[in-house]
Amino acid sequence: MDHFPTNWGKPRDEAVDVYSTYPLHSRPRNQVDTFAEGVQHTQQPIVTGTSVLAIKYKDGVMMAADTLASYGSLARFKDISRLHPVGDYTVIGAGGDMSDFQHIQGILDDLIVEEFNEADGNALGPSEIFEVMSQVMYARRSKFNPLWNSLLIGGFKDGKSFLAYVDLLGTTYQSPSIATGYGAYIAIPLLRKVVDGREKDVTEEQARHILEECMKVLYYRDARSLNKYQIAKITKDGIEITDGLSSKTEWAFAESIRGYGAQNQ
Amino acid sequence: MTSIGTGYDLSASTYSPDGRIFQVEYAGKAVENSGTVIGLRVKDGIVLAVEKLVHSKLLVPEANKRIQSIDRHIGMATAGLLADGRHLASRARDEAQNLRDRFKEPPTLKAITDRLSLYVQAYTLYSSVRPFGISSILGTVDKTGPVLYVVEPSGIFYGYHGAAIGKGRQIAKTELEKLKLADLTTREAVIEAARMYGVRSHISRLKFLLLTRIYLVHEDVKDKEFELEMSWIGPETQGRHLSVPKELKDEAEKKARESVEQFDD
Repeated sequence: MDHFPTNWGKPRDEAVDVYSTYPLHSRPRNQVDTFAEGVQHTQQPIVTGTSVLAIKYKDGVMMAADTLASYGSLARFKDISRLHPVGDYTVIGAGGDMSDFQHIQGILDDLIVEEFNEADGNALGPSEIFEVMSQVMYARRSKFNPLWNSLLIGGFKDGKSFLAYVDLLGTTYQSPSIATGYGAYIAIPLLRKVVDGREKDVTEEQARHILEECMKVLYYRDARSLNKYQIAKITKDGIEITDGLSSKTEWAFAESIRGYGAQNQ
Repeated sequence: MTSIGTGYDLSASTYSPDGRIFQVEYAGKAVENSGTVIGLRVKDGIVLAVEKLVHSKLLVPEANKRIQSIDRHIGMATAGLLADGRHLASRARDEAQNLRDRFKEPPTLKAITDRLSLYVQAYTLYSSVRPFGISSILGTVDKTGPVLYVVEPSGIFYGYHGAAIGKGRQIAKTELEKLKLADLTTREAVIEAARMYGVRSHISRLKFLLLTRIYLVHEDVKDKEFELEMSWIGPETQGRHLSVPKELKDEAEKKARESVEQFDD
């Protein structure tokens, strides 16, 4: 509440401001932001990450993403972690704009510290982190200034696996197997065949195997991918992120593709 | 109390003719009346311990905590007015989060205490506010190693290897000086911290016995019940500020009682 009557937008009133003593600097100022026209919202992502894959399995949740951050079609940064632990029970994986993702990491780290300081014996689990992120993403898109990401939030707490998706529009869904970006077209059918309906039976080896298989397929077909990836595992024993993985690939066939290998035909 | 009635103790913004600020000194008295708080900075960690006087049997055990978390790796224990401690902790958390947001790393305790002391000092400057009725022990293991500071009501702060504030500080300081703090592990420090309160309660019991001969029915002299509150930061907590687990605390209290009984023989 503004307690200066002169700021209420009416002419000066002799009854309340006989000598015009209210300071000039607190008079109503030009309410129009001079730079309003210069303020721009995100129109497109700049430095981007590609697909993230995640599945539920017997012991928890497993998530995979490569370590590339592209600048358009240029493979600009090859050692960027797109899987980020949040607290002790959750991993968030991101595709889309990497600077927006770093901003999200900041938001979530602050949140975790705030909750830690309460020291009330409660900790945020994956479902709470997901709820926060879905609200943040939807709020930003409603300001026409979205955080340009598709996020997977996976975790394991109190004996329960959790896996969910939220994107720049604030769209959410949950499923035993989810993939974002290019993986949504290529990896989902492969993951569903192995996981869906059997998430309580899929072993760690099977889970790891299908993710490795999908990462390989994506490396073959996705031109914004890199053959260097991480796998995160969230179980009752906590979070474990394995670094520096790569698939064995075979490119001899590429020689015979017109426009790819040496042009001798 | 020569100051009383002279008029120089009415405001924190007035010096006495010999250059003292009585309101700040009175704030110091509020600290001296509080239950003892100690902090130990040892080889690989920090231990904070509070003797919380229980003024009513109706209180829920472990209510009104006097040790608080400022960040994941920073703890703060206060002696003096409980509510002032809560407010200062909240301010410290804001400072910590600001530093964290700005530098994208866990803040050092030096940076936080620097600013916190300025805040405390500002409350010694104006007639419209009262100085903080607390001294706080802040401890951390940050990138510079284990660190311990005490912020006093005047806004001054010092770094310590071992610190004691509140009612029993003299006895506690004498005991602290006997320890080889730089060689202790955090786990050993927990035991020592608990023992210190054992010694204190022993001495006050002696005093009580002496006094009861003189003031046979003087209830006030009876040593009040107290609860021991302890927290630690060290390798066993992965650098986090956590309350000491119940098993270890029980063990420490048992050892403390044993050493007091030895004293009695």
